[in-house]
Amino acid sequence: MRKIFDIHGGVHPPENKVQSLSRGIESAGIPPVLVHPLSQHIGAPATPIVEVGQRVLKGQMIADAKGFVSAPVHASSSGTVSTIEHREIPHPSGLLARCIVIDTDGKDEWIELDPVEDYTALEKADLLHRIRDAGIAGMGGAGFPSAVKLSTRDDVVIDTLIINGTECEPYITADDILMRERADQIIAGVKILQHLIQPTKQTLIGVEDNKPEGIAALRAAAEGSNIEVVVFPTKYPSGGEKQLIQILTGREVPSGGLPADIGVVCQNIGTTVAIHRAVQYGEPLISRITTVTGEACSAPGNFEVLLGTPVDYLLKLGGFQQDQCIRLVMGGPMMGFTLRDTAVPVVKTTNCLLAPTQKELPPPPPAQACIRCGMCAEACPVSLLPQQMYWFARGKEYEKLEEHNLFDCIECGACSYACPSNIPLVQYYRASKAEIRKQQQEKVKSEHAKARFEARQIRIEREEAEKEARRKARQEAAKKKAAAGKDPIKAAQAKAAPAADPAQAAIEKAMAKRSGNAPEETNEEKLARLKKAVETAEKRLESATAKLKEAEAADAPNLGALQTAHERMTEKFAKAKEELQQFEQASTEAPSTGDPAADAIARAQAARAKNADKSPREKAEEQVASLEKRLSKSEQKLAEAKESGSETAEVLEQSTAKLRDKLDAARAELAQLSESEAPVAAAASTNDPAQLAIEKAMAAREAAAKLSPEDKAKKALESLEARVEKTRTKLAEAEESGADTVDVLRDTLAKLEDKLAEARKEAGVEG
Amino acid sequence: MIELLTQHPFIAALASLAILGLAFGSLLGFAAVKFKTEGDPIADQVEALLPQTQCGQCGYPGCRPYAEAIAEGDAINKCPPGGEATINALADLLDVEALPLDAEEESVPSVAFIREDECIGCTKCIQACPVDAIVGAAKHMHTVVASECTGCDLCVEPCPVDCIDMIPLPTTVQNWSWELPKPAEDLIATDRDSNSSNRDEAA
Ligand code: SF4
Ligand code: SF4
Ligand code: SF4
Ligand code: SF4
Repeated sequence: MRKIFDIHGGVHPPENKVQSLSRGIESAGIPPVLVHPLSQHIGAPATPIVEVGQRVLKGQMIADAKGFVSAPVHASSSGTVSTIEHREIPHPSGLLARCIVIDTDGKDEWIELDPVEDYTALEKADLLHRIRDAGIAGMGGAGFPSAVKLSTRDDVVIDTLIINGTECEPYITADDILMRERADQIIAGVKILQHLIQPTKQTLIGVEDNKPEGIAALRAAAEGSNIEVVVFPTKYPSGGEKQLIQILTGREVPSGGLPADIGVVCQNIGTTVAIHRAVQYGEPLISRITTVTGEACSAPGNFEVLLGTPVDYLLKLGGFQQDQCIRLVMGGPMMGFTLRDTAVPVVKTTNCLLAPTQKELPPPPPAQACIRCGMCAEACPVSLLPQQMYWFARGKEYEKLEEHNLFDCIECGACSYACPSNIPLVQYYRASKAEIRKQQQEKVKSEHAKARFEARQIRIEREEAEKEARRKARQEAAKKKAAAGKDPIKAAQAKAAPAADPAQAAIEKAMAKRSGNAPEETNEEKLARLKKAVETAEKRLESATAKLKEAEAADAPNLGALQTAHERMTEKFAKAKEELQQFEQASTEAPSTGDPAADAIARAQAARAKNADKSPREKAEEQVASLEKRLSKSEQKLAEAKESGSETAEVLEQSTAKLRDKLDAARAELAQLSESEAPVAAAASTNDPAQLAIEKAMAAREAAAKLSPEDKAKKALESLEARVEKTRTKLAEAEESGADTVDVLRDTLAKLEDKLAEARKEAGVEG
Repeated sequence: MIELLTQHPFIAALASLAILGLAFGSLLGFAAVKFKTEGDPIADQVEALLPQTQCGQCGYPGCRPYAEAIAEGDAINKCPPGGEATINALADLLDVEALPLDAEEESVPSVAFIREDECIGCTKCIQACPVDAIVGAAKHMHTVVASECTGCDLCVEPCPVDCIDMIPLPTTVQNWSWELPKPAEDLIATDRDSNSSNRDEAA
């Protein structure tokens, strides 16, 4: 006889098991609809792999496991998928969750199965895969995917395999009846597990001593094998995994650890049978044994139920009387939960439907104050201090709760059962555990949010800094430009003197800035009017001359009259010319308006008008003269400024120096002109920049026209190459400074490179 | 010198005290430099307790500024997303009294949702989101990455076409949890059947 260890605490609630054991296992048959929740296990819900309207066969996978800790779902009978929707599921929350609903056709047509003749020939991974694909999840109540539980690491030696046949909770007899009727299947399943786990020391089946018939059947089936059936005294909750391990081996699973940490793997009897069927017959988990009991059921018993069978269908088979039932419980009276709706389906973890009457399971009386009797601590199988934890839970002192090993509580409810004040202690622990888990999740989430927030903050700062740097660079550039160009109007003025048309444009621009200046307008208008007058006078004079000549030739009688007219015209023309000249002179020499811009125009125009019919040499001479005049003037001004210590002295000095330079240049030009009066030289030496540019362009064109096509292509190539080079350097710069023109530049570069490649090709073809 | 000290114990005492003061002062000064704490440890601890929703409902531009303000003595009850739990935690940390929340109610955890066919792609919400939980480009539809959204509400206001909804997070089987039972009436067993007036007295 092997030594049996005891666990701390425990309670002895009335067992109430005989009611449902009067009959053997009965098949519940095929209900008209099957509701398969996607989440019947611990872990991620399965993902549907069938569509609405699709015909499915019995045993066909309709939802696949999603992730490692998950389990697939199979159709438990043949039929058509009528809908995939949210329905109420058996869960303490009474919430809705996604379900696949199948309208059964009653044919119960199996899908083709893949049985294994000799599982000993299978690899461990292959075997695990089959268990996983069969959708097996712990059938004792928790619903942890079995394949995950059985995937022990290779470096962990398992010396003990324990099969849990304890079924310590009152009323439930599903495992008991399984032992009585299907002991051989249990033993076959245990052998598969033995092959899978390879326990080095022992294989034990733990059964409480209140199931003598089941024990006998198991012992008979295990005859001749190395499987030992261990019987121990009945006590709630010896069926807890950790408690059972302690009872059978005397070893304690460390707080927060797993049985595998002490070399033990534990499986439920129902799960063992499911594994046997999955491996040997290839049948997935589509049915289970469920106890229907309670005094509100006239025909209590155990039923082999297709998973997904609605609870009300099953209850009818058990002779359920709604009016007598105070509340419908799924699971046992200790750890079960109340169902709000009888339309929910039977799932993988549904071991019992309990329909008690008012007398049988009265609603808990109102909780009273804790009298610190210590009964709860005595009852606790994990040796916790339920009373302390109760106070901490009420005060929401979660840290203290954790210090008191709240997470070792198996939520067995023994403390609540023992409490004379009827305090629903286990509810406090469940709620506190949930709250702590929630806080941990929130902590993770808030850390994540903080990281993202800070990353964003840094990014924004960086962008700001970049923008600022770019702005500064631009400012710098603008300053440089301004320093070079000083006052734009002055610059325009400076240009206006020697230059012709472009200068005019600049001046006009400058003037536009000072719009509304009446005197300049009149000045310009006057000038225009005078010019026009000169022009018309000239025309009329011409026509008069022509007429006079005609008359003279024809010896016309009105010759005299014409002569006088001609004389008058000549006079008028001279007068108009004089007037114009006078005006021009006046505006050059005595700036009447005081507006520098207007003056500049007047001067520039006067200069142009004067230059119009003069030889280059004359022009040069005049320029030298005017420059000399200006120089002397500005020198005088400079002297004055210096004397008075005015701030303008510096500026004046500069402009004087410039004027001097100009004068030198003009003198040099004049000297040149005096030597050769060739018009080409004049054209070349004209200091009108616009003219120069045009001439250059024309010369280039002429040169190009003279070039051969090969040469042209070469030129084009060269210029393209130069442009590509330039763009490249610009891009590199932009990239370095992280400017946002990078993309545009990149585009341009790509385009230019294309063009260059084309040009190269062309040159290659032609050359 | 020795003589002076032996002759005048008062001066000797003064001198030795001065020397001692100097020695310990420099020791302290050295320790202050050597073991200098980076940042503000209290603000750091406070910040670790704040929910990091970054919603600004506390009146500060984010959780960190509020944490700093608390470290400087601001009230601890201004964070609606954190609610009572955060206030209690802060009260524990700072050893002050837990005050009731300074807002009408705790904000319900929710997530922003953009009605995508109404989005005009103005990018205003992207700029408002403190945790970069919105993706989209100018003139293209935007959407909220629900797993990153803290439910701070800041993107709702800037949307010119009002196409952002705040959807309270649904309770699912995965995130459902047991409620704490209503506190037991603190009666002793012998009071069980007494009427309500007695009960009031006992309470
Ligand atoms: S059994 Fe109930 S009354 Fe007794 S100490 Fe525990 S909680 Fe308090
Ligand atoms: S519910 Fe938890 S605290 Fe209460 S007896 Fe069971 S294990 Fe102990
Ligand atoms: S109210 Fe709370 S969550 Fe919102 S910014 Fe302030 S501290 Fe952060
Ligand atoms: S998406 Fe809206 S509600 Fe969500 S974090 Fe961003 S700004 Fe806040």
